[in-house]
Amino acid sequence: MPAVSAEDWRNGGFGLYVHWPFCQAKCPYCDFNSHVSREIDQTAWVRDYLSELRRTAAETPGRVLNAIFFGGGTPSLMAPETVAAVIDAARSHWPFANDIEITLEANPGSVEAGRFAGYRDAGVNRISMGVQALNDADLRRLGRIHTVAEARAAFDIARACFDRVSFDLIYARQEQNLADWQAELRQALSMAVDHLSLYQLTIEQGTAFGDRYNAGKLRGLPDDDLAADMYFATQEICEAAGLPAYEVSNHARPGAESRHNLIYWHYGDYIGIGPGAHGRISIAGQRFATECHRAPGLWTQAVAVGSGESVRTVLSPQDQANEYLMMGMRLKEGLDMGRFAALYGAPLPAERMDYLSDLGMIEVDGNRLMVTEDGWPILNAIIRELLAG
Amino acid sequence: MTELSHIRNFSIVAHIDHGKSTLADRLIQETGTVQDRDMKEQLLDAMDIERERGITIKANTVRLDYKADDGETYILNLIDTPGHVDFAYEVSRSMRAVEGSLLVVDSTQGVEAQTLANVYQAIDADHDIVPVFNKIDLPASDVSRVAEQVEDVIGIDASGAIAVSAKTGQGIHEVLESIVAHLPAPKGERDAPLKAMLVDSWYDAYLGVIVLVRIMDGVLKKGERIKMMSNGSVHHVDRIGVFRPQMQPVDELGPGEIGFLTASIKQVRDTRVGDTITHEKKGCETPLPGFKPAQPVVFCGLFPVDSAEFEDLRDAIEKLALNDASFSYEMETSAALGFGFRCGFLGLLHLEVIRDRIEREYNIELITTAPSVVYHIYMKDGTMQELHNPADMPDLTYVDHLEEPRIKATILVPDEYLGDVLKLCQDRRGLQEDLSYAGPRAMVVYDLPLNEVVFDFYDRLKSVTKGYASFDYQMMGYRQDNLVKMQILVNDEPVDALSVMVHRDRAELRGRAMVEKLKDLIPRHMFKIPIQAAIGGKVIARETLSALRKDVTAKCYGGDATRKRKLLEKQKAGKKKMRQFGKVEIPQEAFISALKMDS
Ligand SMILES: Nc1nc2c(ncn2[C@@H]2O[C@H](COP(=O)(O)OP(=O)(O)O)[C@@H](O)[C@H]2O)c(=O)[nH]1
Ligand SMILES: C[S@@+](CC[C@H](N)C(=O)[O-])C[C@H]1O[C@@H](n2cnc3c(N)ncnc32)[C@H](O)[C@@H]1O
Ligand code: SF4
Repeated sequence: MPAVSAEDWRNGGFGLYVHWPFCQAKCPYCDFNSHVSREIDQTAWVRDYLSELRRTAAETPGRVLNAIFFGGGTPSLMAPETVAAVIDAARSHWPFANDIEITLEANPGSVEAGRFAGYRDAGVNRISMGVQALNDADLRRLGRIHTVAEARAAFDIARACFDRVSFDLIYARQEQNLADWQAELRQALSMAVDHLSLYQLTIEQGTAFGDRYNAGKLRGLPDDDLAADMYFATQEICEAAGLPAYEVSNHARPGAESRHNLIYWHYGDYIGIGPGAHGRISIAGQRFATECHRAPGLWTQAVAVGSGESVRTVLSPQDQANEYLMMGMRLKEGLDMGRFAALYGAPLPAERMDYLSDLGMIEVDGNRLMVTEDGWPILNAIIRELLAG
Repeated sequence: MTELSHIRNFSIVAHIDHGKSTLADRLIQETGTVQDRDMKEQLLDAMDIERERGITIKANTVRLDYKADDGETYILNLIDTPGHVDFAYEVSRSMRAVEGSLLVVDSTQGVEAQTLANVYQAIDADHDIVPVFNKIDLPASDVSRVAEQVEDVIGIDASGAIAVSAKTGQGIHEVLESIVAHLPAPKGERDAPLKAMLVDSWYDAYLGVIVLVRIMDGVLKKGERIKMMSNGSVHHVDRIGVFRPQMQPVDELGPGEIGFLTASIKQVRDTRVGDTITHEKKGCETPLPGFKPAQPVVFCGLFPVDSAEFEDLRDAIEKLALNDASFSYEMETSAALGFGFRCGFLGLLHLEVIRDRIEREYNIELITTAPSVVYHIYMKDGTMQELHNPADMPDLTYVDHLEEPRIKATILVPDEYLGDVLKLCQDRRGLQEDLSYAGPRAMVVYDLPLNEVVFDFYDRLKSVTKGYASFDYQMMGYRQDNLVKMQILVNDEPVDALSVMVHRDRAELRGRAMVEKLKDLIPRHMFKIPIQAAIGGKVIARETLSALRKDVTAKCYGGDATRKRKLLEKQKAGKKKMRQFGKVEIPQEAFISALKMDS
C-alpha cells in the first residue's frame, strides 16, 4: 500500500539539523556555509537557536524526533553548554524517539577533543570526525590545520567518550594513485569503529580549489578512469572489512548507519535551523523546502524579528518525486517504486528502465529499484534517465 | 527634374574597415543632407546584424544636394554596396546603376583583397574612379606608398587621388569637388520611352516592397502603370521618391536619377533584380542587358531543435525569403532530424546571417547540418542532375562522373606568412595560378574547389596569418574530379546529417579528422560507441568513444537536495535538446563543429 502523499514523510522519519557556521580556518576545497570569526557570543547563539526551535516546533507539534545533527562549519567549536541548551529545548518541544541519534561533527584538533566529554553529558551520542587524510603532506595540501597524530589522538578521546564514532576521509586527491589510496584505506579501516564516510574530492565552484582548477593550476587530479577504479577498490576493501557501503559514500557495519542521514535519503522531514540550513517539512498536505539566511549576521537579525527563514517553496509532486529518486537511489537498498509513483502520480518510465537494466545499470527486486555495482560511479547519469518531467 | 549635367551617380568601393561607411556619413553631413544632431553613426548601416558584424548587407542609397565651388547645385546619388564576397553579385548589379566610384583605401593599410575584387567590378562596369586615401589623421598613414600600390597593383592612375580623414572631415570638400569634376554625368533621353533598371528591392512592413530604380530614359511619375519586362506583370505606382536618406516623395524621376517606387507589391520575389521597368503602354522595345539572377552556392539543412517548432520555422523562413530573393529553401526530411528545410545561400556569411536572424528574431533554436556546395552529377544515361545534399547521392552504378564548382581565390599576405598560405591552399586541393608581389606583400591567386573553401578556409587563413591576410574569390564554373560521398556511422548507424562529399584522395584525412572531432563532441554514454567514417560501406577511419566512467555526487545531504535536483533537471533538459540517433545522443553543435579541420 503506497503512502498517502501528505504523510509521505513518515516513510523517512523526522530529524533536526542545526547549522554552526564557524571554523578556525577555511579549507580550500570546502563550499559549506562556514566563516572564520574571532568573537563568538555563545549566549546570543543559544538565544537565536532556541527562538528558531520555538518557531519551527509550533509548525510540527507532537512529532517524534528520530535524530539531531549538529553540522557545520565546525560544531566542535560550540560550547558544550550551547549544545546542551539546544538539545534540552528540542526535548521540550518534541517527544524524543527512544533510540534518538544525536550526532555532532567534530574537527580533530586537541582543543575540540577537550570538549567531547561535555558533549556527551549534553546528550550527544555520536561523533563524526573530519580526519580527511592519513598523511601529513596531503593534510597540508587540503589546507587542514591538524596533523595525523593529532587526529588519531582526538579520535581516541572520542572513542573513549562515545560508542558511536565515525570519521570522514577525502580521497581521489591530487597525485594520489590507486595503491596509495588502498594502503591508506586499510589503515583507516584498522582505526574505524563501525562507520566511515569516504568522499571523492569534489572541486566546487566558488572555492579556492575551484578557482585554481579553472585557472588550470590544480594539477595531478585523477582522471575519471582512475577515480572510478578507486571507487571500485573502496567498495571491495570496505566490504571485505565488514563495512559495506550503504550509500554512495557511506560505509557501516549493518545497524550502525547514520540515522539522521538516512532521513535525507529516505526522504523524510527535517527541520533546518541556523545560517544557511535547509529543511523539508510537510504541513497540511503540502511539502515545503525551507532555507535560512546564509550570512550569520543577517540570520541573527532576521531571527531577532521573528524568523531566520529566507525561502519557503512548495514542492510540486514532480519535485518531490525527483528528490525522492535522487536521494533514494543513493542507497544500496534502493527506492520504493510504489512510493515514487504515489508521489508523482505516474510510475517510473518503463522504457528507460528497460534501457538501463539492459545495460546492467539497475536491477529490480519486487517493488524496489536498485543501482548495480556498475551503476554506482555513474549514478547521476542513471538518475537523469529516470527523472520525472 | 534635374539636368543630366547636374547629376553624378557613384558608389564607394573599399575593403572592410577602410572607412566606407564613415566617409558616407561625412558626405551626408557635409552636404547638410542630415542635420548634425540627427546624425547617427554610420547612417547607412541600418540593420542590427549589419552593425554588429560591421558589414553592409543590403545595398542602400542616398541623394545629396551639393552646392559646388562653381556656384551650381548638383545632385549626387550615392549607392552603398555590400562589401563581403558573398554579396559580390549585389555589388555588381549596383555598379551598373552608376557611372563612377570612389575607391577608398585605408592609407595605414594599403590595398587588400576586397579592394581588388570590388574595384575590378567597378572597372568592369566602366566606371571612372577617384581614389580616396583615408585615415590620414593616423600616424601610420603613408599616402605615397598607397598611391604607388594603387598604380602598380590595380593599374589605375592615382595622380588625382584625394587624401582624407573621414574621422576629422579633412579633405571631404575636395572629395565632393572631385565627384563633380571627375565623374561623368549620366546619359539619357527624357523624351524616349521609360527604361529603368531595377537595382534592388526589399520588403517594408508598411509600404510593401520598395523598389530602388535607376532611370535610364524617359520619366516615371506617381499614378502610372508600369510593367516588369521579364514577366510582363503590371503594377500601379502609388509612391515615388528619393532617399535623403529617409524617404522623401518627389513628383517624378527623370533620366539619370535614382529613387524608389512602391506599387503595392507583396513579395520581393516578384521584383527581379536586374529587370527592366517600363510603362505598361508605349513602353520601350528592348530591355537592358539583363543581370543574372543570384544563384545560391552553399546549401545546408536547417532543423528546429524542438521539432514542435517546425511550423514556426517555416513561417520564419518564408518571411525572410520575402525580403531576400537570393535565399532559397525547400522542405527536407531527415531520418534523424525530422522535418526541416534545405536552404541555399550565396555563401557562408549569408548562411550565418540568415541563421542568426531565425534564432534571434524568431527565437527558434536550430540544428544546422554540414554546408555543401552544388555538385553536378552526370548519369550514365547522359542526363545531369544537381546535388544539393550529400544524403541524396544516387546509386553509384548509375553515375558516370561528378563535377564540382571551383573558384578563383585572391589572397594578399605579408611574405612571412606566404609559406603557410601556400600550404593551406595546396592542402585544400588548390592549383596555383599566380604569385606576385605588391610591395612587401605577396598576392597569391589560386584555383580552389569551393567545397574546400566553404566551410572554414577563411578561419584557417586568418589563423595561420594572424589575421594579416585578405581574401576574396569569384566563382569559376565546374570541373570533374574524383569525388565520393563519405558517411559517418555512430554506433554502427549512418547519420545522414553528417554525410559529406569529399575528394577521394583526401577522404582518409577528412574522415579521421571528423571521427576524432566527433569523439570529443559527443558526450560519453553508458556504453562505448564506435564512430566510423565510411565510403560505400568500406570503413576508412574509426575511433571509439569509451563509456562514461564517473558521474556521481560524492556528498548529498539535506542541504544539497534543492540545488542538486535542479542541476540534474537542467542537465536532463539539455539532453532533450540533443538528437537521438539510435541509442546515441548527439549535441546540435556537433553537426557543424565536426567539419572544422585543424589544419
Ligand atoms: N582614425 C581614423 N579612423 C577612421 C577613419 N575613417 C574610418 N575610421 C574608423 O575605421 C573603422 C572602420 O570604418 P567604417 O567606416 O566602419 O569602415 P567600412 O567597413 O569600410 O564601412 C571605424 O572604427 C572608423 O571609426 C579615419 O579617417 N581616421
Ligand atoms: C560539513 S563538512 C565539515 C566537517 C568538519 N568541519 C571538518 O572539516 O572536519 C563534512 C565533510 O564533507 C567532506 N567534504 C567537504 N568538502 C568536500 C569536497 N569539496 N569534496 C569532498 N568532500 C568534501 C569532508 O570530508 C568533511 O569532513
Ligand atoms: S571542511 Fe570543515 S573545517 Fe574546513 S572549512 Fe569546511 S566546514 Fe570548515
